[in-house]
Amino acid sequence: MKFPVFPEQASSVSRQIDLLYFALIAVSAVMLALIFLTIIYFVFKYRRGKMVDRTPARLPEMKIEIAWTVLPLLLMMGMFAWGADLYFKVERPPPDALEINVIGKQWMWKVQHPEGNREINELHVPAGRNVRLTMASQDVIHSFFIPAFRTKQDVVPGRYTTEWFRATKPGSYHLFCAEYCGTQHSGMIGRVVVMKPAEYQTWLTRGQPGSTLAQAGEKLFRDLGCSGCHMGSSIVRAPPLEGLYGKPVPLQSGQIVIADEGYIRDSILLPNSQISAGYEAVMPSFQGHISEEQLLELIAYIKSLRR
Amino acid sequence: MKTLAPPTPITRPTKPPQNYLTEGGTTLKSWLLTTDHKRIGLLYLYSILFYFAIAAVAAALIRIELITPPGDMVTSQTYNKLFTIHGVLMVWFFLIPSIPAVLGNFVIPMMIGARDVAFPKLNLLSWYLFNAGGLLALYAIIFGGVDTGWTFYTPYSSAYSNTHVVAMAAGVFIAGFGSILTGLNFIITVHKMRAPGMTWFRLPLFIWSLYATSVILVLATPVLAMTLALMALERIWGLGVFDPALGGDPVLFQHLFWFYSHPAVYIMILPGMGVISETITCFSRKPIFGYYFVAFASVAIAILGFLVWGHHMFVSSQSVYAGFVFSILSFLVAVPSAIKVFNWTMTLHRGSISLETPMLYALGFIGLFTLGGLTGLFLAALAVDVHVTDTYFVIAHFHYIMVGGMVTAFMGGLHYWWPKISGRMYPEKLGQLAALVTYIGFNLTFFPQFIMGYLGMPRRYHAYAPEFQIYHVLSTAGASILGAGYLLPLIYFIWSLKHGKKAPSNPWNATGLEWQTPSPPPKHNFEEIPVVTRPPYQYSPQLGEAMEHG
Repeated sequence: MKFPVFPEQASSVSRQIDLLYFALIAVSAVMLALIFLTIIYFVFKYRRGKMVDRTPARLPEMKIEIAWTVLPLLLMMGMFAWGADLYFKVERPPPDALEINVIGKQWMWKVQHPEGNREINELHVPAGRNVRLTMASQDVIHSFFIPAFRTKQDVVPGRYTTEWFRATKPGSYHLFCAEYCGTQHSGMIGRVVVMKPAEYQTWLTRGQPGSTLAQAGEKLFRDLGCSGCHMGSSIVRAPPLEGLYGKPVPLQSGQIVIADEGYIRDSILLPNSQISAGYEAVMPSFQGHISEEQLLELIAYIKSLRR
Repeated sequence: MKTLAPPTPITRPTKPPQNYLTEGGTTLKSWLLTTDHKRIGLLYLYSILFYFAIAAVAAALIRIELITPPGDMVTSQTYNKLFTIHGVLMVWFFLIPSIPAVLGNFVIPMMIGARDVAFPKLNLLSWYLFNAGGLLALYAIIFGGVDTGWTFYTPYSSAYSNTHVVAMAAGVFIAGFGSILTGLNFIITVHKMRAPGMTWFRLPLFIWSLYATSVILVLATPVLAMTLALMALERIWGLGVFDPALGGDPVLFQHLFWFYSHPAVYIMILPGMGVISETITCFSRKPIFGYYFVAFASVAIAILGFLVWGHHMFVSSQSVYAGFVFSILSFLVAVPSAIKVFNWTMTLHRGSISLETPMLYALGFIGLFTLGGLTGLFLAALAVDVHVTDTYFVIAHFHYIMVGGMVTAFMGGLHYWWPKISGRMYPEKLGQLAALVTYIGFNLTFFPQFIMGYLGMPRRYHAYAPEFQIYHVLSTAGASILGAGYLLPLIYFIWSLKHGKKAPSNPWNATGLEWQTPSPPPKHNFEEIPVVTRPPYQYSPQLGEAMEHG
């Protein structure tokens, strides 16, 4: 039987998170020791029957109370700031990341690489490169958890969530679903394979995908008839999509939203909820006609359209 | 203490004096229709032990299954139902009513010098609502079970689970009304029924903590009821509130659920803190150190407890800035808890300490609660929470609070008030042994789970990766010791009913009003309503010593 005590450190943040973890252990150990030893000391010293001074002590009660209110408070605020600062790093993906899509469903993980490679319950990534996962769920809430990277994010149906990491050490690591998702929840596991960049490139080409994700999206774009309104000369009825991704979009309501993955997703599934200024609400909803995977392919295509 | 003469007057009438166990009859009907708060407390005791037994069997099966990595003893579906049964019954049908409804019902009126609670009939109704809910939950369990976990997360619960979700939720919903009425009853009792001279700052701290608990029960439980009702409506009629396929928001459910369930955690610890304040003073013969701070810490915990629910949702896709707010508030709520621990510790200073069973449980509580609270800081620290949330680290943390804290306090309280409840003493040596056994068993069960959690073992896993096995084996070994530690008191409590030494009215020489009436007390508690002239816990360590030396 193995006896591991500490998880592997395999991402850029694992060391920093472990450091905070050790700091918390240190604080806890000191506090516990302080309280335990005091109690044990008092219990031995003031055990009934022992001859000791028991006259009520004249202690500055108020000062003591204030001291043990304020000191822990300061300590807590320090720990809060440390944890929050790191959280900011862990939660906000850097801009230059390699983008990979993840779709959770009962009970498997499906992965789409921009080059067109697809995987199930495995995720191959290059070491040393920032990777940003855009994640969708086809059914219930799942959670994408890689203990060795110290990162985890719920995958929530009806929206995209993101998770990012920079793997530092080639190897194979556990991937767990951490949010209870039904009968085979504990079978919704897999592995994350971190490869040296060159090996990763070989792996990508060995997969021999027929087309890239954006190309698959382009085919869908024509098959579903999107191009009829959003392309070429017909853009009087519908806004053009070239250069749309990441740009602010003025809406009919007067609001301005940023065209991120979530916005494009909503525009396909719930087109009437956010109408671009200057256009009629004529687009049909594609809810129920398009899978999460296809949706992500379409988004990859729209993101690839430059002006 | 052993040499102390029973202080009750001796003029014995020809008939033995009546007490609440005999007065009004001993028939089943006289119990089922009783409005006596003491009898209702005992009715709750029997009921929660029944639900506890079922939930404990579920826990035992879970622990046996987890000895080996593959899911080989029960199917995944059965495993999921087992942890749902364990969670639902332990939270709503054991822990929440444990100290408030059993010990609270029994001692609150006596502690404040009243003859009963403000609304005795409502009190009985609470018990019936509680059990109506419990029976519905049992129905759901017997006729197929539920596999959502006690958290009922949507859209799994409302659209995907094929089990008896609605019946189970309805059970919790109905039992919730029992909680609300109990809370209401206690609040009004404390406001209106105090004996002459029992001012707010002469109240024992048990009353302060149960008062804070009652406020939470009244304010938070309706939110749970609404949330479960919306979930059930979505499941039955497709009302789109939480399911994104119907236009709902699944994370909204989590906000509503934890808006109740985080304060509920304080329902499950504040009463325990109250018990500790009673026992630690009595067995160290000292007034509590910093009465006002301990009392207001209860109130502060109750208030802050309402503002921290989002710390369950740091990886739920909630905004980063919301995370900051919930994190800082969660660190803040740790301060009043720490204040209590420091004050209890300081109470021991220059005391006259004796280690009877209730005191052992109290000291055990301080240790386990402190560790549980400190590991809560890990979960409040945002970046660390991302790694450990939904792992065994969380499981270990909340078991340290709820079992190490609340159940330990409940056992301590039960031993402390057992002479009053039954009129008999429990066997002291066995009591001390049981306290020690549960302490060892508990730590062996749950401490390994912290390590396993940080290693990445996710919760609610039927099968798991082999490297976690050593910790599961340790945990299961601990659980069997813990089980023995809980079984032992059950046996000697029942034994003591017939064979225990007869208890004097005040076996611990405690100061509370509940000890100024015979054991067991008469139906209406006091011959004459006492008049209070002093603050609580007027103990003297020197007198404690004098007791020892005769």
